[in-house]
Amino acid sequence: MKKPLRKSQTIKNTKEMSNFKPAKKVLLKNASIIDGQNDYKSTFDLLIIDGKIKEMKPEIVSSSEFDGKIFDLSNKLLLPGFLDMHVHFREPGREDEETILSGARAAMTGGFTAVCTMPNTQPVTDNREIVEFIRDEISNHLISIYPVAAITRGQKGDELVEMAELIDAGVVAFSDDGKSVANSLVLRRAMEYARMFDVPIIEHCEDAGLAAGGAMHEGFVSTNLGMPGIPSIAEDVVVARNIQLAEYTKSKIHIAHISSAGAVELVRRAKEKNIQVTAEAAPHHFTLTDETIRSFDANFKMNPPLRSQKHIEAIVAGLKDGTIDAIATDHAPHSIEEKQVEFAAAPFGIIGLETAIGLIIKQLIKPGILNWNQAVEKLSINPYRIIGIPAPQIKERGIANLTIIDPEAKWKVNKDELCSKSRNTPFDGWEFKGNVIGVFNNCFYSLGEKQK
Amino acid sequence: MQENRKHLLGLEGVPAEEIKLILDTAESFKEVLDRPIPKVPTLRGKTIVNLFFEASTRTRFSFELAEKRLSADTLNFSTTASSVKKGETLRDTAQNIEAMKVDMVVIRHPASGAPHFLRHWIKGSVINAGDGCHEHPTQALLDMKTIQGIHNEFKGLRVAIVGDIIHSRVARSNIYGLTTMGAEVALCAPAPLIPYEAEKWNLKTFYNVDDAIAWADVLMVLRIQLERQSQNFFPTLREYHNYFGITRERLEKANKKITLMHPGPINRGIELDSDLADDPEYSVILDQVTNGVAIRMAILYLLSGETK
Repeated sequence: MKKPLRKSQTIKNTKEMSNFKPAKKVLLKNASIIDGQNDYKSTFDLLIIDGKIKEMKPEIVSSSEFDGKIFDLSNKLLLPGFLDMHVHFREPGREDEETILSGARAAMTGGFTAVCTMPNTQPVTDNREIVEFIRDEISNHLISIYPVAAITRGQKGDELVEMAELIDAGVVAFSDDGKSVANSLVLRRAMEYARMFDVPIIEHCEDAGLAAGGAMHEGFVSTNLGMPGIPSIAEDVVVARNIQLAEYTKSKIHIAHISSAGAVELVRRAKEKNIQVTAEAAPHHFTLTDETIRSFDANFKMNPPLRSQKHIEAIVAGLKDGTIDAIATDHAPHSIEEKQVEFAAAPFGIIGLETAIGLIIKQLIKPGILNWNQAVEKLSINPYRIIGIPAPQIKERGIANLTIIDPEAKWKVNKDELCSKSRNTPFDGWEFKGNVIGVFNNCFYSLGEKQK
Repeated sequence: MQENRKHLLGLEGVPAEEIKLILDTAESFKEVLDRPIPKVPTLRGKTIVNLFFEASTRTRFSFELAEKRLSADTLNFSTTASSVKKGETLRDTAQNIEAMKVDMVVIRHPASGAPHFLRHWIKGSVINAGDGCHEHPTQALLDMKTIQGIHNEFKGLRVAIVGDIIHSRVARSNIYGLTTMGAEVALCAPAPLIPYEAEKWNLKTFYNVDDAIAWADVLMVLRIQLERQSQNFFPTLREYHNYFGITRERLEKANKKITLMHPGPINRGIELDSDLADDPEYSVILDQVTNGVAIRMAILYLLSGETK
């Protein structure tokens, strides 16, 4: 495939680069480190040279001729960089909604130094050329992209993609995200084949027949609104099938955006049997219920849909007891025109990269469901483990892949000020306490100024 | 009407006193309709647009007639193609209407919530003339007006809604309106035609139509969409008719006075026997049509904020 020439490439080298700087010599003072493993009682200073943590100790005294940048991180939290293992950047195909670079900027703002992009681009990410295009586009950038490729050509559910070549090109997992692989034999073959390379199959679990025509969660609210429903069993039956296939083929299955109580219970029981199943949940699925759809606002329309309180409680319990390994946003940009329509006509999906941290703190950390170390597991350690990439560690000689949080920062979501090119968030106007103030990765950093 | 009520989007949550006011106001308009010149100048100078994105004759005619009886200027916009297919969005349509300085919009749309969406884009009043499977408040109000003409009060009155509940906006609006007014409502249908968690409505449910007839004072029979059969909501129309169809034999077996209603259009011989539909002993179907105009006049008048 000949790489198309696009305007955004010129932008990349001028405006985009000004968002972050080379981490040549940076001294971080008095940081409270939360690495998901240790329980540090005191603060640390970190000296970062050329993107590596050169020194890390309670106090690093800088001489007067120190010519690097110094940041005082008193009362700030220093965490390993987050990985959002489920985002949709619309490039190639719908650059009006999100480009790789605008998505990367949104990720950076949200504290995610790495993302896994889902393959439902146009054309579908099912061949080496598109994977290389994505990697080219993000080269020499603070954000790392680990692409997920389709399981089947064109996500049509019949023919397997050339997995080995795609893995060579940098793909870390396979998924026909947006729908399940309906034919169980095709999925079985995909799992068996992927097992050779120890890469996971990620499934959007939804029985197409049961969910047919649905626009929201099936329950009393859909009954009241006369809206066609997507029942929770549409998710459950496919999760059950996938777990059985993973057990039988001894391969890895990752359940994308788990949203139903039944699915959480199935994953819990499968883990007890040591089946290689992992799961992620999206912030909106532990925050909002289907009651919000009484507004008929299409920014509450996503798939899987917002479910009832019972399901939210199951997601929260699953996050707490470790049944759900990761938090991923399912960042799904859509144009204003597509969302400003009657509910049934709108596409599924909301953006989530820039609101995730606010929701995690508000819904999970403040109420004591997760502590910060557990949050780091869900946002960094586990997602990296699932895709088989070493997770960043905060230690001497480690790579400076960091997310810095000010737990006291008060902020309010303003959809018009987001870095994403799209505006489809249901959280416009929400107020939060605690926000990302900076990130380090790939020898770059962004800290100390507004990132936009 | 509540002072701040500007739109009629549905009956869910509308308090009893407002429903009563609409029904009472309709009574005085019924008197107007009996005059030699059945027209009043109440809405003279007001512009009302009827936006029908779905095929309709009786509801559209009923609204149009009500508007003309009130001396309003009316515009009609009908299309069966969805707004999305046409390339113009509902929002664009709404903004065009807004630019024409329309006072009220009557909308029928195949998507639930379309009138609620429209409300954000225009300054005038929005009246829901049926949105998807959600609500059809003016139909329920005219049904209630019709019931009121026969039975003295709603309190304790037993109304059984029979048929395609899951897809029926008429059923939903009647459930909300009738229960608010103190009537007892029951549902009777093949199980797949009753929506999920409908039990939270706290209504009696019958799977045997004879039991429903024995229980009810009023039977509200819903249209069975012929294409539902292919979606396996029930096996065949034949079986539906045999087990859920309202027949003379069934009513006579019940041996009681019962009011028969249908929002129309009727599939004669499927959900309702043809001669029953025309039998004044049971059927009030044509009264429903007459009351429709009076109810819509009442709603247009009350939402307009005019004084008579």
